[in-house]
Order: sequence, then structure tokens, then C-alpha cells
Amino acid sequence: MRTCGATPGGPDLAGVDLANQTVIQGAVLRGGVSDGVPNGAPVGNAYVRLLDSNGEFTAEVPTNSEGQFRFFAAPGSWTVVVLAHGAREEVKVQAQKGTPIDLVINI
Amino acid sequence: MSRATSLVSTEWVQENLSNKNVVFVEVDEDTTLYEKGHIDGAITFHWREDLQDGLIRDLISKEKFEALLSKNGISNDSTVVLYGGNNNWFATYAFWYFKIYGHQDVRLIDGGRKLWELKGLPLVTEVPTRTASRYVAKERDNSIRAFRDQVIASIGIKNIVDVRSPAEFSGELAAPAHLPQEGGQIKGHIPGAKNIPWSKAANEDGTFRSNEELAELYKAAGVDFAKETIAYCRIGERSAFSWFVLHELLDLQNVTNYDGSWTEYGSLVGVPVAVGA
Repeated sequence: MRTCGATPGGPDLAGVDLANQTVIQGAVLRGGVSDGVPNGAPVGNAYVRLLDSNGEFTAEVPTNSEGQFRFFAAPGSWTVVVLAHGAREEVKVQAQKGTPIDLVINI
Repeated sequence: MSRATSLVSTEWVQENLSNKNVVFVEVDEDTTLYEKGHIDGAITFHWREDLQDGLIRDLISKEKFEALLSKNGISNDSTVVLYGGNNNWFATYAFWYFKIYGHQDVRLIDGGRKLWELKGLPLVTEVPTRTASRYVAKERDNSIRAFRDQVIASIGIKNIVDVRSPAEFSGELAAPAHLPQEGGQIKGHIPGAKNIPWSKAANEDGTFRSNEELAELYKAAGVDFAKETIAYCRIGERSAFSWFVLHELLDLQNVTNYDGSWTEYGSLVGVPVAVGA
């Protein structure tokens, strides 16, 4: 599906103390077209793993029905790994306090 | 108490979905997962509402455990098969719980809910109705549970295994990275603890590594299997996972889970704490 209106990405940040939390979040979409505009169907049963700068596992969350996920990390470099039925994707990010990382990951 | 008696595969589950003596129980950290879909015929236990005392910080009483299992139609001779999300963290905690109260035949689905979903296997939303039973639990077996004074007395003597992530062990984070970084405890770890994150015992799909790999993992990190071992994490669930690996898969009998874990230890006045890798 083409998204219309709200831009895909992680859950609403209202209520999150961004000054003190290092947020890495995003949405997992399937079947999108790579044309610069985020699109595709949300994947609600994906597993998202957060690996630290040494590749060590730090946390894992399932996506919600909107395909969204969120981590509270620490400043530094991290790898986000998405696992879903028949798919695996990796994204490297540089996280910092104050400015959340908001990813759109197509599988 | 070995891989053969404690662990079942997703194939075994599919073959036993209609086996009347088998009761599948889902235990998740995210308690909304069961409602969204579960293995056909499975019931669910809520890790907090069903398995925590609620008034004091402790396991539920023997009487409450008996009532919980009776209400859900679990008999003393049922084969209880546990699984859950989050790589079976809370399911292994429930497994440890069933062992505390002496259930004879309890098993875990290797890979848990994650492997089931990654394989694209079916989930249903129907909640089964089960005929109540009369379950009789045994007195608590505290030989698989560690308490804080035992932990403090074990520093430098027994193996203490901190199964949290390296960032929590070093004191960089206070909680797993999918939770807000709050909490009254100070950060760090029990001095002398070996940091062997629970996740190193699991493959990416949630299944356990082979016994050879698991034994090497703990030995390489300096765990002496001839000594007693205490596993801890933040609240006792991830350490139940590692307790399962050591006590059930590797069949080591002298292994305890410190379920008070860092939320208790990190709040104690005057106990020794270490930081850094």
C-alpha cells in the first residue's frame, strides 16, 4: 500500500523524555517500492534485535501491529537487525541523546 | 533433566497438538501477544498477575499455584509445554517455577514463539475452555533458587554468572535497551561475576546452541563446573533462561537462579559492587 498522510516510522514520541533517553526506533515494511517515499505494508510479526558496537546482542523486541519498534539505548554505534518470515535485514546507526533515530526498514 | 526430556521441537509440537495429556502454556513479557494469536489449544499465564505474589516480592504461594493450575485444567501427570516471546525468557522463568513446585513433566519449545512465527506456522485467537482439575503441588524446592545472603556469601567462592548485556554489566545501562533507563538501583555488577549474556546461549532464531557450544561458552568465560553456580540478571527472567541452559540442557545439578537479581542487589546498602567490563 502507498502510505498517505503520516510518514512511516517509529511510535509516537509524545511522553518520551528525549533529553535523557537515547531512542532508536522505526517501522518494518514489506513490499514497498524504493522511490524515496516510505511505503509498503507494516510487518506486525517481525523481531528486531539491537546489537552493540561489538556485535553483541543487547535487546530484542517484536514489532507492533503498525510494524513499529523502539529501543532505549545509549549514545554510540549500534546495529539493528530485523528478522521476519523469509527475511533478514541489518541497519547500522549512530545514536545520540536528544535526537531520536527513526528508521524505515523495507524487507 | 536433559535436552531430551526438557526441550521439544516445533515439529514435536505439531505432532502433539491434539494430545490430550499435553498442555501448551504461553508466557510472554508482552502479555498482549497471546490475544493476537497463539498456538492452537494453548492457554496463557500472565507473568505478573498470575506468577507474582503482588503484595510482597515473591513467588505465589503453593496454594495459589495449585489454584492456578487447577483452574486451567493442569493435572499432576500433565505434560506441560511452555513457550513464549522474547526468546523464551518468561517461559523459562515459568519452567523454573514449575520445577520449584515439583511438577514432574515440564518442557520448553526450542525457539519459542519467535521460531514458530519465523517458520510461518499457524496461530489462532480462540481461547480454549479446559475442565478444572485438582492439582497438588509439592513444597518449594529452594535448591534451585538463590537468596541475597547466599549470593553475598558466595562472592569469590562460587561461580556467579551475570547474564545481562555487556552494557548493563559494565554499568553503562540500568536496564535492557527495550526498556526506559530508570530504576532506583545503582549500576554495575556483583564483584567477580562472569558476564555471560543469556543471548550467547541462543541462536538468532531463538533456539539453543548445541551442548558442546554451551559447555565451551561457560568454560571459556571461567565458569568451573565443579563449583556451584548462581545466575542472575535484572529481575530473574533472563537468568532463568541461563539457569535452564546450565541445569537442564547441560544437566548440572548445583545451579541456582537468583531471582532477586540486580533490582534487589543494586538496592542493598553497603554490599560490594564492581563496574566496567
